[in-house]
Amino acid sequence: MSDILVSEQSAPGSGGSGRPSGRLLEVDDLRVEFRTRDGVAKVINGVTYHVDAGETLAVLGESGSGKSVTAQTIMGILDTPPGFVTGGQVRFHGKDMLGMSEEERRRIRGEGIAMIFQDALSALNPVFTVGFQIAEQFRVRRGMGRAEAKKRAIDMLDQVKIPNAKGRFNNYPHQFSGGMRQRAMIAMSLALDPEVLIADEPTTALDVTVQAQIMDLLAELQRERQMGMILITHDLGVVADVADRIAVMYAGRIVEEANVYDLYAKPAHPYTMGLIDSIPRMDEKGQQLRTIKGLPPNLMNIPPGCPFNPRCPMAQPVCREKVPPLLQVGTARASACHFAEELVNRV
Amino acid sequence: MSENILEVRDLVKHYPVTQGVVFKKTVGQVKAVDGVSFGLRAGETLGVVGESGCGKSTLARVLMNLEKPTAGSVEYKGQDISKLSGGALRRLRRQIQLVMQDPYTSLNPRMTVGDLLGEPFEIHPEVAPKGSRRAKVRELLDLVGLNPEHINRYPHQFSGGQRQRIGIARALALRPEIIVCDEPVSALDVSIQAQVMNLLEQLQGEFGLSYVFIAHDLSVVRHLSDRVAVMYLGKIVEIGTEDEIYERPTHPYTQALLSAVPVPDPMQRHNKAIIRLTGDVPSPISPPSGCRFRTRCWKAQDVCAEQVPLLEIRQGSDHPSACHFAEKREIVATHEV
Repeated sequence: MSDILVSEQSAPGSGGSGRPSGRLLEVDDLRVEFRTRDGVAKVINGVTYHVDAGETLAVLGESGSGKSVTAQTIMGILDTPPGFVTGGQVRFHGKDMLGMSEEERRRIRGEGIAMIFQDALSALNPVFTVGFQIAEQFRVRRGMGRAEAKKRAIDMLDQVKIPNAKGRFNNYPHQFSGGMRQRAMIAMSLALDPEVLIADEPTTALDVTVQAQIMDLLAELQRERQMGMILITHDLGVVADVADRIAVMYAGRIVEEANVYDLYAKPAHPYTMGLIDSIPRMDEKGQQLRTIKGLPPNLMNIPPGCPFNPRCPMAQPVCREKVPPLLQVGTARASACHFAEELVNRV
Repeated sequence: MSENILEVRDLVKHYPVTQGVVFKKTVGQVKAVDGVSFGLRAGETLGVVGESGCGKSTLARVLMNLEKPTAGSVEYKGQDISKLSGGALRRLRRQIQLVMQDPYTSLNPRMTVGDLLGEPFEIHPEVAPKGSRRAKVRELLDLVGLNPEHINRYPHQFSGGQRQRIGIARALALRPEIIVCDEPVSALDVSIQAQVMNLLEQLQGEFGLSYVFIAHDLSVVRHLSDRVAVMYLGKIVEIGTEDEIYERPTHPYTQALLSAVPVPDPMQRHNKAIIRLTGDVPSPISPPSGCRFRTRCWKAQDVCAEQVPLLEIRQGSDHPSACHFAEKREIVATHEV
């Protein structure tokens, strides 16, 4: 079996296929909608991806593409209402998490799957010390005493390379700089040794030199622990540096999935191609920025056929009629474009 | 070579840090901008890069005359802008306009686009007589690629990229010579960012605008700028043409900054050496003595703590660099496309 799971995106409302596959974490044909006063926004329309131990899957997409909502659904922190899961499965070690009781899900959170967020200042509780927030997990989940939990928490702060960890234990989040706060949040999420880490735009709010430090740290910790990592980002530069595989999202669907080298060398979807052509590159001179015309679709009113068709330079009549399913092209990649074969086979 | 339209000399902006409620006393100064000099030529784009807290936005505020400088001067065509008042100041304001970072908060949500873009004409009625304003606004909308029919819409009916276009149209309304852009594309998605950058370039060609382009994204700055100034803790550490800064950087901070930018090409993953800076930027209240970068610099010697390195052309650097040990180092493997 190839590395890519192929989904039938055209069958709305169908549940997951439910076949066991030995994957660590799988999202299978997930569908989520937001029911608001103004109407129903179809935010996730059949997303399928997986991550295995030790690998980094980057989920790339612009705002509103559904990348964060997928992560929130995996963690079970989707705001319901307005968000409702209308189909699909999220399997951890082959067991569907969406059908679990809150008690079971709670056991997976932290120990099985942990998450770090973009804005560490609002993710940390401002009225407790950083040390307390890390130590709390050891006391609640591991039943440790105060002193031992504190020792372990200091050890975690050391591991994320916070200088003078002992002295910093009693600091509040506002006393940390942006980069340090992000480190503290990483320490907190890794405290219970999770098997999968979801990093939702972990460096977007940081300066480049600090971003490089944090990405290094994440890569190092991942190697040591053989964690699976889902890196959610919009930054094509960061992705090129750290990802093994990339899933590109657009309007609540995966439009392309490939390993990082194939994706940059030869994108198999016009949207990916447009994204790569529209970023200014520091190492190129005299570059013309090509743009993707138009705007992402309104999720309450997604155009029929391929959701990208109004912006696509290659659109044909078939694109306005049929939703292209995410199908395998070549050996180990998939694309949801009617003309994927032509794109991959071009010279 | 065209002459400088804007001349900034030894510009200093300090903010007092106070203690106490009734009897406030000043206990220190935040040295946001601390001795910055540069010239802006007519029709060019000067990029200003630096990390958060380096003073680049304060610089923008002083250039706009929204803040009075603590010392030093900003001269527009030989006039010191901070000394102007009344009618002279109002006339000057027509010439220097600002595009702000956040298109969500910089437009008044209760005003329609027509009112937003028409407001500059009410303050400067000499630009457009009353009867012609509506037409002018439509023209502006068309210019920045928006539908002139949307003149009665409110900002919330537009997307982020469209709102930034409104912000640009507002800056253009009075046909200024200089536009200060403070992070104009950093809040936008990549596909939209490219549209706005292309628009800025196109408008510059059309109206011969000069831009001061402030951003933290080094790729964006390279793409748009003719010359680039790198700031660290309130000072310019290196300034030069786009080639000089990106291909032959001589200041260690510039080198570290450039090396940390992720390149969107996985093939280069292993053949680039990243210079890792340790620690955080020191507080601008009490910056380190001598060279401000020395606490994080791998080249630092005793002299760096004692003497402030001047921003000048020196041995080892073909453009002004504020490092005692300025030395060329190739960081970015540039290729023509």
